[in-house]
Amino acid sequence: MTDQTVIKTGMTLAVIAAICTALVAATYQLTEDRIAANEKALLEKSLQPALAGVFYDSSVSESRLVLQPPHDLPGNDAAIIYRVFSAEQPVAVLFVVTARDGFSGAIRILVGVGFDGTVTGVRILQHRETPGLGDKIDSTRSDWVFQFDGRSMGDPVVTAWGIKGDGGEFDQLTGASITPRAVIKAIRDTLIYFDAHRDEIFSLPATEETE
Amino acid sequence: MTSGGFIERLQTGLWEENPGLVQLLGLCPLLAVTTTFVNGLGLGVATLFVLTFSNALVSATRRWIRQEIRIPIYVLIIASLVTCIELVFKAWFPTLDRSLGIFIPLIVTNCAIVARAEIFASRNPIGASIADGIGMGAGFAMLLMGIGAFRELVGQASILSRLDMITGGEPFHGFSFADSGLLLAILPPGAFFSLAIAVALKNYIDQKRRNAGMQRSLRQSR
Repeated sequence: MTDQTVIKTGMTLAVIAAICTALVAATYQLTEDRIAANEKALLEKSLQPALAGVFYDSSVSESRLVLQPPHDLPGNDAAIIYRVFSAEQPVAVLFVVTARDGFSGAIRILVGVGFDGTVTGVRILQHRETPGLGDKIDSTRSDWVFQFDGRSMGDPVVTAWGIKGDGGEFDQLTGASITPRAVIKAIRDTLIYFDAHRDEIFSLPATEETE
Repeated sequence: MTSGGFIERLQTGLWEENPGLVQLLGLCPLLAVTTTFVNGLGLGVATLFVLTFSNALVSATRRWIRQEIRIPIYVLIIASLVTCIELVFKAWFPTLDRSLGIFIPLIVTNCAIVARAEIFASRNPIGASIADGIGMGAGFAMLLMGIGAFRELVGQASILSRLDMITGGEPFHGFSFADSGLLLAILPPGAFFSLAIAVALKNYIDQKRRNAGMQRSLRQSR
């Protein structure tokens, strides 16, 4: 190739790259708002199951609070807190925390806590527990996580927050005890954190979205 | 390979040189997403779209593209189109997008697309290239839908489950015929069995036709 053809070839490549980039940019502009709305709707919908019986009128996803580690919540990665309001009065809090002591990998847990400290719902957001054994913590696999609804710190007392095999009050899973132990511990620690920091949680400003 | 008429191009893509059945291209998405009819339809339509537009763009620019840089340009064109369709899916079919997951961006790596750009679109006029894209894309989409429907019927004993991912509205669990099906069909081995059945079926039909044609010419010669 002579110098001239090299330059020409490079130019062709540059022009096509520019056209392709313009195409993607235009599509992005066109779809940006819809995608953001979809993602927000999905988030609101995925948080709802942990707010059983709670009446609220606020947009949950807008009250997002991100706690960077180190914090006192379970897990050593960022914990997410959503504040839930009804007529501008705080009614509940949603915690997204991580249990690190599961059987395989981190378990991401969504814990809903009413303003009075009772659990309004628990859902497992992400896990890699053994299919057929530990994965029964998932609400699509069994009813196991529903047993925490309506419980609180004191019902049962802190020492009884464990599986029955350990002298606690909660059901275990056949063939898996490490997984439920980790989940119960995370819920317990979340409730302890809530009782200690309730007013602080509601008074902090929402964390800005950062890319 | 000649450009031929529009109908012939469609026939070639749908049957004679069907990318999935004959060329056995793009098997990774074909085997992975065809657990239901709706999944097959979604990925099929996305592939059809990308294939048609990439063929059109490659054909339109073929005079300016030097041999040495053609592969990077194909990749550029295909990747941009796939990014566009991914954004469109995220905006208008968010649940379908989540169900197909990584396989939408992975259309970039579907060798059927780059193969058509190289074999056909870079050597033929734009009209024929679009026809080729539609034919090949439709052939691939039909196979995805066929295998999806088959695996759903056998594996879940239902059809059209999760149609709401395309039409919107409440989750729809399809028309169900029994409580459970043969689970194997939904598991990965089921994908290979289904593809094997489809390829065997196509070869069987082709053979029948050939035999019928041969008998006819024999009779005529008598």
